[in-house]
Amino acid sequence: MMKISAAGNQVLKTFAPQMERTTLREKAWIAFLLCVIGVGIYALYLQITVGHTVTGMRDNVVWGIYIANFIFFIGISYAGAVISGFLHLLKIEWRKPIIRIAELITVIATIIGPLFILLCVGRLDRLHHLVLYARLQSPITWDVLAISTYLAGGVIFLYLASIKDFAIYRDSTDLHLSKWKRRVFKFLALNYHDTPSQERGIHVSMNLMALMIIPLAVIVHSVLSWIFGMTLRPGWHSTIFGPYFVLAAIYSGTGVLIIALYIFRLRYKLEAFILDKHFTYLGYIMLVLAAGYGYFTFSEYLTDWYGSEKWTGQLLKKLFSWNEYGGLFLFTNIAGIILPIFVVAVPALRKPKYLAMVSALMVLAMWVKRYLIVVPTLETPLLPIEDIRPEYIKYSITWVEWALTFSGIALFLLLFTIASKFMTLIPVSEISEMAEENIQTKES
Amino acid sequence: MEKPENEMTNQRRDFLKNAALGVAAAACGSAVCSCGKKEEKESGEKVVLLSPDGELVTIDSSHLRQVHKTVGVSREEARHGIPGRKFVMVIDLARCKNARKCVSACQKMHHLPEEKEWLQVRLMKDSPEAPPYWFPKTCFHCDNPPCVKVCPVDATFKRQDGLVLIDTERCIGCKFCMAACPYSTRVFNWSEPEQSAEVACLTYSPETSVPSKVGTVEKCDFCPDMARQGELPDCVTACPNGVFYFGDENEDVVTNGDETVRFSDIIKDRGGYRFAEELGTEPRVWYLPPKDRLFPVERGLEGLPDDIRNRYKDVLGE
Ligand code: SF4
Repeated sequence: MMKISAAGNQVLKTFAPQMERTTLREKAWIAFLLCVIGVGIYALYLQITVGHTVTGMRDNVVWGIYIANFIFFIGISYAGAVISGFLHLLKIEWRKPIIRIAELITVIATIIGPLFILLCVGRLDRLHHLVLYARLQSPITWDVLAISTYLAGGVIFLYLASIKDFAIYRDSTDLHLSKWKRRVFKFLALNYHDTPSQERGIHVSMNLMALMIIPLAVIVHSVLSWIFGMTLRPGWHSTIFGPYFVLAAIYSGTGVLIIALYIFRLRYKLEAFILDKHFTYLGYIMLVLAAGYGYFTFSEYLTDWYGSEKWTGQLLKKLFSWNEYGGLFLFTNIAGIILPIFVVAVPALRKPKYLAMVSALMVLAMWVKRYLIVVPTLETPLLPIEDIRPEYIKYSITWVEWALTFSGIALFLLLFTIASKFMTLIPVSEISEMAEENIQTKES
Repeated sequence: MEKPENEMTNQRRDFLKNAALGVAAAACGSAVCSCGKKEEKESGEKVVLLSPDGELVTIDSSHLRQVHKTVGVSREEARHGIPGRKFVMVIDLARCKNARKCVSACQKMHHLPEEKEWLQVRLMKDSPEAPPYWFPKTCFHCDNPPCVKVCPVDATFKRQDGLVLIDTERCIGCKFCMAACPYSTRVFNWSEPEQSAEVACLTYSPETSVPSKVGTVEKCDFCPDMARQGELPDCVTACPNGVFYFGDENEDVVTNGDETVRFSDIIKDRGGYRFAEELGTEPRVWYLPPKDRLFPVERGLEGLPDDIRNRYKDVLGE
């Protein structure tokens, strides 16, 4: 029998109804998500049968919103990879209540990201060629290797961190689980009984995984940026693209984590575990990252602009002019850099509500930024486009692309909902191991 | 593909007066084509042809197709290239008047629909003060090809004889090569390509680049199938002004069909250069600067259909 503390018990009680049965409200929610995904599947069907002509992509802009989504999802997956990996290694106690949510974001976003890159591929029937004829010189091969390793790492990390909890669910008499669920937990708990050697085994492997997941995360977003960096195009061919992307990813990951914590705290009344100080600390992390991100952005565009090379100049003209991408570019810098710094810096604004709001804006800005990295560059080839077909000159997102984008978000939420049926969103075991004074129990 | 009873193939070139194009006509009954493409309507116009056994036969003209007269080499063989050769092209900008014969010949040879141009004629203006000039642009078959580097499956490759080709039966359609090519050379089949049933039935070879395949990338291939026959690419022979010189760097000769010259001499004497040399891609296509031009640039705008003329609006400042 696993022992749990009073606080642990409270967590278990909070999430028990959720794991035991699915309410009508939840069913409606799931049905809604499935509807969105259904529309996406129809869009995908059209894209496969009619062809990629149903998207806005054409010969100049060969990639569009899908690639932006791909970078975006892999980016937010950094929530867990770095937050929990890093904080784990530094043995920061306050991380414990939030690691489960962070790791779930990591795993789910890493599953969804690559789906978007598949949507750009013209011949899905030949995907096996990637393995059969793999060429190590290609950044796409690097991506395939890095992302699959990263996903495996993320899943293992999440699993290791959950074994104790699975053992708790298996043994708990307070949880009224259906037979099959208990059997699932029994299997997943791997006969864990809290013996010292088992305890040590998990501890050591967790440390190892945390050590590994950080460099892996750095590699993933670096090779992702190199898909762009290795080409000869302005706005892409930049030596700082690797670190720029990595930083942007951690940054947007932190934003999504703050939003998720805020929503779950509201939804499950977790004020006892997810404290204001969590938001404040994550806010500080966000501030540092925002400053770093701002620095990279400034350095990137200043260098490009100052050098005033002709080809680069054509791109910058589009990014800076009002009738093209100027408005969006300004938005990404205000909402993505200045506002977050401002909100965290002013003590009166450093409240969970405002932090969540500014995070939402920032995450949106980061998505727009990815779009601005991909599309304007492709619209600016070395030899100016000489075409009169409007769709070949300017990319515009079609409903098919929007439908699949929203399906991706819906799938993200759906997988999160399903995960919440199988685990408590706050790890019971970690809470049980926490010193009492770090938890505000209901009584206090 | 099954063979129809009354199939007519390999007509004599002179019979069709197409010798200059170096193509032959093949008639192939679309009704028996096994590719599941829709049958074409008969035009009602009859053509008399000489069959290989010396018989005169009459067929409907809609059944006439010009195809590569060669059957391309196998996909495996196409990866190696023609031993001992090093293909090179020289484009004389001083002679071009945007006659667009190269474009249409290329499209005909590769069965491309009108809006798909592997070979483009661009109007260039290097700076606001500089005079505009016509700039035919093929694939540059770079010696340091950015597209080949990035291909994850080795579907686009560089051969011994200098050519960069694509195996569209291996291509997964990731379009990375299109993003990597700085010259906007490659085109993608965004949906099922427009081509007749007979063409779709042809045996594919990376050397002929025919038929086109949905979801894959294609581009100018320098017609190595013609080179194997000792003939010039169609753009070269179709140009009325002898703009294109094609040849072999190893032998140091290039020819535009009328005139055969030393490659190194013409580059030296005429100040040949490669486009955007600073990118380091090392193109195999050289340009001769538009000096002492045969035609004023406006000649190239004469008689152009509106949709093509409008492409040049930005450059002309209209
Ligand atoms: S689109 Fe085809 S040829 Fe181009 S990089 Fe991808 S697989 Fe290679």
